[in-house]
Amino acid sequence: MPTSDIILLEEDFRVIRDLIQKLRNDANARVVCLVDRNGQQIACVGESEALDTTALASLAAGNVAATDSLARLIGEKDFSTLYHEGEKDNLHLSIVGGKVILVVIFDERSSLGLVRLRVKKHAGELAAALEKMQQRSVQARSGKAGTSPFTDITDEDIDSLFGK
Amino acid sequence: MTFINYAAREINCKIVYYGPGLGGKTTNLKWIFGKSNPASRGKLISLATETDRTLFFDFLPLDLGTIRGFKTRFHLYTVPGQVFYDASRKLILKGVDGVVFVADSQAARMEANQESLKNLQSNLKDQGYNLMKIPYVLQLNKRDTASAMALEEMKRQLLIKNEPVFEAVAHSGTGVFDTLKAIARMVLVELRKTA
Repeated sequence: MPTSDIILLEEDFRVIRDLIQKLRNDANARVVCLVDRNGQQIACVGESEALDTTALASLAAGNVAATDSLARLIGEKDFSTLYHEGEKDNLHLSIVGGKVILVVIFDERSSLGLVRLRVKKHAGELAAALEKMQQRSVQARSGKAGTSPFTDITDEDIDSLFGK
Repeated sequence: MTFINYAAREINCKIVYYGPGLGGKTTNLKWIFGKSNPASRGKLISLATETDRTLFFDFLPLDLGTIRGFKTRFHLYTVPGQVFYDASRKLILKGVDGVVFVADSQAARMEANQESLKNLQSNLKDQGYNLMKIPYVLQLNKRDTASAMALEEMKRQLLIKNEPVFEAVAHSGTGVFDTLKAIARMVLVELRKTA
């Protein structure tokens, strides 16, 4: 397989959530989400109750993937930052640690300059936390961080999903 | 690439519906969306042209239930079938856990089926996957059309590794959930193997 499964343990989740919460506060943003490049949501903080964050994750990943291909078409490696300006809300997308997409939604309470500055400031810490998460994923897969609950899934467990 | 989230107690898997243009990939997703419990599915997102042809992808998140205390969520994607959207198709295969190939049973579309199947193999290879090794199901759609080819002949031309085959009429739902269940089961069995 070209990419390994991501395993997000609770302790890593807490660290990542706290980091993006800090970024949200510092940047005066409405919402901050972390999404993997395949469209899976890792964590989201802020005014996200009315927001379909699953769809947001999938569309952000699609957006970044399409833009990366455009970059390569014109001889660039990638475009590491994308910005979409709306009437009230704006979307700032950036790649952290080469692997994960940081989505910041902000309105008139903040500004593009502030968001850019704060994203840059927190990107290093976030990248380090993500690196740790990845290492733990590898350990979890090899059984060093506890037994996976899926090793002993039975056919009956799977059948029960479809039995309804 | 399965995403196991211990914090939210969720397993997220990605299934891609592949196949030639106008073969019924989006129709499969629309049927699943229409017949699923609203509480267990998200919005159906369609990035389509003005004439309703898939431009980038359709996306439907679906909860199938709980295994060992973990919510199993499947992210269903379709690709644009038209030949010239190949760059988009490649992107959507990133991180795929299972593929459903939706073939068009009409005789005139066999060449398009074969071309799309070859394209799937090559695009998977570009992403580092081998179709022979990943969960894969063949759906023969449009079985209700007048020019539908015989089942055995279609299998002879499209089967690649003794994969499960489902006859379907996606617009009326025939075979749609059977196909989904089969691929979801294969993905979970694979997860058990690699866990």
